[in-house]
Amino acid sequence: MSVIDDIDIERPKTRRWSPGNLGWGVLSFAGGIGLWWLATLAGLSELPSPAAVLRRAVELALDGQLWGDMYASLRRVLIGFALGSVLAVPVGFLMGWYRIARAVIDPWIQFFRVIPPLAIIPLAIVTMGIDETPKIFVIFLAAFLSAVVSTYQGVVSVDRTYINAARVLGANDGTIFARVVIPASTPFILVGFRIGLGSAWATVVAAELIAAQSGLGFRMQQAQLYYDLPTIFVSLVAIGVLGLIMDRIVVRIEERLTHWQERV
Amino acid sequence: MAEPKISFRNVSKRFGAGDDAFTAIQNLTLDIEDGEIVTVVGPSGCGKSTAMNMVAGLISQSSGEVLVDGKPVSGPGPDRGVIFQQYALFPWMTVRENVEFGLKLQKLDKAERRERALHYLGLVGLADFADFYPKTLSGGMKQRCAIARAYAVNPTVLLMDEPFGALDALTRVKLQNQLLDTWSKDKRTVMFITHDVDEAVYIAHRVIVLAANPGRLQEIIDVDLPFPRDDEIRLSPEFAAIRNRVWRAVYHHDAQAA
Ligand SMILES: Nc1ncnc2c1ncn2[C@@H]1O[C@H](COP(=O)(O)OP(=O)(O)OP(=O)(O)O)[C@@H](O)[C@H]1O
Ligand SMILES: [Mg+2]
Repeated sequence: MSVIDDIDIERPKTRRWSPGNLGWGVLSFAGGIGLWWLATLAGLSELPSPAAVLRRAVELALDGQLWGDMYASLRRVLIGFALGSVLAVPVGFLMGWYRIARAVIDPWIQFFRVIPPLAIIPLAIVTMGIDETPKIFVIFLAAFLSAVVSTYQGVVSVDRTYINAARVLGANDGTIFARVVIPASTPFILVGFRIGLGSAWATVVAAELIAAQSGLGFRMQQAQLYYDLPTIFVSLVAIGVLGLIMDRIVVRIEERLTHWQERV
Repeated sequence: MAEPKISFRNVSKRFGAGDDAFTAIQNLTLDIEDGEIVTVVGPSGCGKSTAMNMVAGLISQSSGEVLVDGKPVSGPGPDRGVIFQQYALFPWMTVRENVEFGLKLQKLDKAERRERALHYLGLVGLADFADFYPKTLSGGMKQRCAIARAYAVNPTVLLMDEPFGALDALTRVKLQNQLLDTWSKDKRTVMFITHDVDEAVYIAHRVIVLAANPGRLQEIIDVDLPFPRDDEIRLSPEFAAIRNRVWRAVYHHDAQAA
């Protein structure tokens, strides 16, 4: 064994998205697309070939439709997600901090959590009309429910020792809340945001399949009527890519804000 | 005689109510003098932490009185520094921010906070680690940081709950000496819980032995050894004799009870 090997062992574990892992990821995708291409070339399936999908993607991108659809879907997700998260954090803190707030709010949250957000759509359309509001509302609901539960979990699981340590140093309730409870529950809140963003994204596509005049979900639904498989593929890939990008952004923010955490 | 710094007057503490009630401490009466170091030993569950938490103001007694400077304890305060067994450093703050936390609450300005924090970090040998997060420190370093954080707010009473329990023997001895060293420069009242009989004798003026079920005072053993203490004292026959007395008070009694 050489000295170099020893040093290698000492090196910290590579991060999830270090160039090495990224390289493997790209390679894996390339392999999958290669198989898909071979399958369509050999006439094994009715699926469009990667080349046909790519051609359609370029067409849709050039005439602006793809961007328009992405914008419409993203806008709904971001507005719904932002509203849901902004409301979820104070409500989650209230529930975690005050027993009474928990007792009053928790039953509602448990109840709405078991209703799939999509099941709210018919009601939302009837009561809110067919414009953006019902779609944004269900996304808001999906994001809110995920984030509120994890914020509340974060607050109630703050180690009592930290609170006691702050109290014996002279901290009052306000200081404990701002300097202990909030930072201690940040990791939980961010996990909630990540789950919330995932369910917001899932909800928007489904909502557009049901009732929309624009967006990636709407486009797929239209394409289905005309048996336009390449467009369906382009939309699917766009959904996947946007979802992945948003998730990575949240993970980055999470790493930034919780770098103090011990990770196993 | 001067007023004791800390007094327990016929203090009892029960947890729970009705049939589930559990008496953690029964009729404890004890005075701790100003500037005195007492160590508290006893079997697990005999109420050592409970007694200390009452002085800290983190829990209240069921009956009797707990006094600090002759006044009933009504809640936690920076006049009584606590060092917890689990370190309890805030992981989201750097070592220096941890030490400055209590100073900020006392509204000290930034320059003064910084100076005080670095002074106490220097005292425990952590000046070079001021800008590190606790996750990068070893157990002994975390414990020293917790000590610096408690010292920095200048409490007149230090309450230490098995502070060196999780450390290796060498680090332990080092921190014991450091504690005595700091105490000799600035004589605060120290109430120190430990499971280690050697440690209990080495640092104390008096060893308080508690018995379990219900938690109560078993015996108070004076440690008639001179300060400053060092290895020579630790290895002396006088030390061994006191150590054996404490050992017997804790474990022999325990064996009889079992
Ligand atoms: N919050 C609580 N509720 C109910 N019982 C408690 C509570 N805190 C402590 N007790 C009980 O009181 C008794 C004394 O606890 P305490 O923590 O003071 O023991 P200890 O002497 O510090 O033990 P150890 O050496 O293991 O730390 C134990 O039997 C414990 O189960
Ligand atoms: Mg204890």
